[in-house]
Amino acid sequence: MLLRDLAHARAGDKGDTSSIGVIAYRAEDYARLERLLTPERVRAHFAGIVHGEVRRYALPGIGALNFVLEGALGGGVTRSLALDAHGKCLASAMLEIELPEEG
Amino acid sequence: MPARSIRIGAGAGFSGDRIDPAVELAEHGRLGYLVFECLAERTIALAQLARQRDPEAGYDRLLAARLQAVLPACRRQGIRIITNMGAANPLAAARRVAEVARGLGLGGLRIAALLGDDLTDALRGTETPLDEGGTVAGLGNRLVSANAYLGAGPVAEALAGGAEVVVTGRVADPAMFLAPMIHEFGWSMEDWTRLGRGTVVGHLLECAGQVTGGYFADPGFKHVPDLARLGFPLAEVTEEGDALLTKVPGSGGRVTPATCKEQLLYEVHDPARYLQPDVAADFTGVRLEAAGEDAVRITGGGGRARTGMLKVSVGCHEGWFGEGQISYAGPGALARGELARAIVRERLQRIGLEAEELRLDLIGLDAILGPGPTRPEPREVRLRVIGRCASALAAERIGHEVDSLYLNGPASGGGVTTAVREVIGMRSCLVPAAMARPALHWLEA
Repeated sequence: MLLRDLAHARAGDKGDTSSIGVIAYRAEDYARLERLLTPERVRAHFAGIVHGEVRRYALPGIGALNFVLEGALGGGVTRSLALDAHGKCLASAMLEIELPEEG
Repeated sequence: MPARSIRIGAGAGFSGDRIDPAVELAEHGRLGYLVFECLAERTIALAQLARQRDPEAGYDRLLAARLQAVLPACRRQGIRIITNMGAANPLAAARRVAEVARGLGLGGLRIAALLGDDLTDALRGTETPLDEGGTVAGLGNRLVSANAYLGAGPVAEALAGGAEVVVTGRVADPAMFLAPMIHEFGWSMEDWTRLGRGTVVGHLLECAGQVTGGYFADPGFKHVPDLARLGFPLAEVTEEGDALLTKVPGSGGRVTPATCKEQLLYEVHDPARYLQPDVAADFTGVRLEAAGEDAVRITGGGGRARTGMLKVSVGCHEGWFGEGQISYAGPGALARGELARAIVRERLQRIGLEAEELRLDLIGLDAILGPGPTRPEPREVRLRVIGRCASALAAERIGHEVDSLYLNGPASGGGVTTAVREVIGMRSCLVPAAMARPALHWLEA
């Protein structure tokens, strides 16, 4: 199951850190996201792009997970050579994550 | 009797934002306040450089156009304007606002300019540690600017003093929205819960159209009606700090719990501690409920005592970007793009280009997400070569090597663009709040 079928996302930037809010479309899918969309899975997905730590904050009240990705923006938005220096596209890239089916 | 609720509109979410939606809000939003957030992290450093060249410059280039567009409706209805379009020169910006008002025949307009965020001279040469490592002193003469994020207090004071337009430099974005709540409801500056709630509302509004369906549409997944005529948001805030977020009926876009959730988390790290000059806001208990068409009720925000420290944005010279791009299309586009990339890489080595960092991407293939699947092969690719160099002269060589692919590279390359631009990097540090001395200057049109 693609994350894109369960959730939507938006990315923000501060210095060299990207933050990506991932929000379940349906409240009943939130628990599944919390189980499966682990910081480790996100870090593996962004291997080669995110060079630092990945932290996750849970907001069950609004059915959302907030990910903080350090070392994700080429040294910082203002000095990065990247075409998408803000890492705006990372939100869509996050939705490419394939979640395992649960038995 | 204090007001029971106030209506605050967001007239801009960044310096280049559309102007029409602000006019629509001013004319039809039944607002008490209209806030324009136009100051990105780096904008203020660029504005400082502009001011060094011209003492009357250094404020937002669309200031006059925006005020010209909304002042008549605002004056007619008593809507007060708060904006950080003063950037590096709030006083000159306030003078410009007075000129615009006089030109519109709106004499007597009371304008307050908020100064005191500029700590460049106070921090220059000090051992203040930067969050990214090193110290301010270590930047030496590369230092361009240091501006503290001021809180809502002095803006509320300007409103209490009767300002119809408040022009600021660096102020925390949510604080511009929090200020009218503090002023109207008489909130204590130590009422952490209300300051936290007001910050939630301010944070939801600060990017304007990003909460009304802008930056949200994803065809087949997330539909936004009439996005071309996107309307900007307004919030009706109660004395308790709860709010109803909506937009002008008939405007484009949509306001739903989903649009609000995306914005609530935007640029947030720890949602339990969203650090602001006035409060450490807590977003974890926020509830967002649909309350009719294009209306969302916001409750449950919280807050804890402020840290007593202010974040300071520090701008510094970091050399020059040099860039060149060229496109390849049709059969074999990818192979020709790859060949062009290899040629430019070799030529830059041969000329001994001294770049601190260099990147050669194929747009359409690997420019944004790095290497990945190459099937199906893209029908067109665009080589983008960019580097950061110590001098403008060195940076120019990069565009030159891309440009010369016309007669010295693979077949059918087209659409070359080249650019050289100064790099102003942004760092940050924390300083004790007492270091900033906010001061209001009054003008009348």
